[in-house]
Amino acid sequence: MRFILVALMVLFSLSVQARIEIHEFNDPAKEALYDELVQELRCLVCQNQNLADSNADLAIDLRQKTYDMVQAGSDKDEIVDYMVTRYGDFVLYRPPLKSTTMPLWIGPFIILFVGLLALFLFIRGRSKAQPESTHTKQDLEKARKLLEDDQ
Amino acid sequence: MTRKQLIFIIPVLLFVVLVGFLAVGLKLDPREVPSPLIGKPAPDFTLPVLDDPGKIITPADFRGQVWLLNVWASWCSGCRVEHDLLLRMTENGDVMMVGMDYKDQDADARNWLRQLGNPYQLVVVDADGKAGIDWGVYGVPETFVIDKQGIVRHKHIGPVTEEAVSGTILPMVRQLEAES
Repeated sequence: MRFILVALMVLFSLSVQARIEIHEFNDPAKEALYDELVQELRCLVCQNQNLADSNADLAIDLRQKTYDMVQAGSDKDEIVDYMVTRYGDFVLYRPPLKSTTMPLWIGPFIILFVGLLALFLFIRGRSKAQPESTHTKQDLEKARKLLEDDQ
Repeated sequence: MTRKQLIFIIPVLLFVVLVGFLAVGLKLDPREVPSPLIGKPAPDFTLPVLDDPGKIITPADFRGQVWLLNVWASWCSGCRVEHDLLLRMTENGDVMMVGMDYKDQDADARNWLRQLGNPYQLVVVDADGKAGIDWGVYGVPETFVIDKQGIVRHKHIGPVTEEAVSGTILPMVRQLEAES
């Protein structure tokens, strides 16, 4: 009974209202660009959230800045550049491919390759370690004799 | 070494390597995002002075001297932690420390300085946080070292510590001051 009560309370509890400001766009393309950007830019305060999901003060400011720039007609590269010159590549959820981020991009493939190589060597080693038959010639001879005797 | 021995030793070695990575990972602070500003000219701002709102300050006013910019706010608990250290850093008066009061109420900021002491030669007010964005501020307190040419040389994120002050910041200030 108590369980059902608790379950009902959880079910009907007032959902926490997120503080989301309303932005109006004069162009659907701009709205799409804004949506794309706030999804891809990281909130620096709560590092595992993007700007769209975060309610941190800084995220609100950066959303506002993004909105202002989008409305003013900036394109995606300009806005991303603006953020990167201030906060570094870390502000991007998808880091650009350059020498410092190389390990990040190709590391997984190297690990995959090493794994496949290890698997290949392991399988080959195992098939070699097990010769076709472990019986000696004498054993086979003996077996054949036994079979012939039976007939 | 036989094949059998290898099979037991390799996982142990892999485990040791993994533990090594995890140990290093534990020591790294993910909050310390490297600043792209290091080595670049200090971002501009045009901000009023806390005690004299009619007066406007820009970074160009500090050209020719080494200065510290400490971004703080009265609502910031980390700022309270570092406050005594800031006071000690500037008590001799040989370190130029500018405060940037970030997204704060002027009255609260003045109260804070009256109660806890004022380590700043000058406090500029960034009420809406726009200058903070230009400086890449994402959490107060943050402390920047700017050289005579107006280039950002160092950024400390979070409350300054004893070792950051005596090990990095002050030696750097001295060294930069010695440069022409």
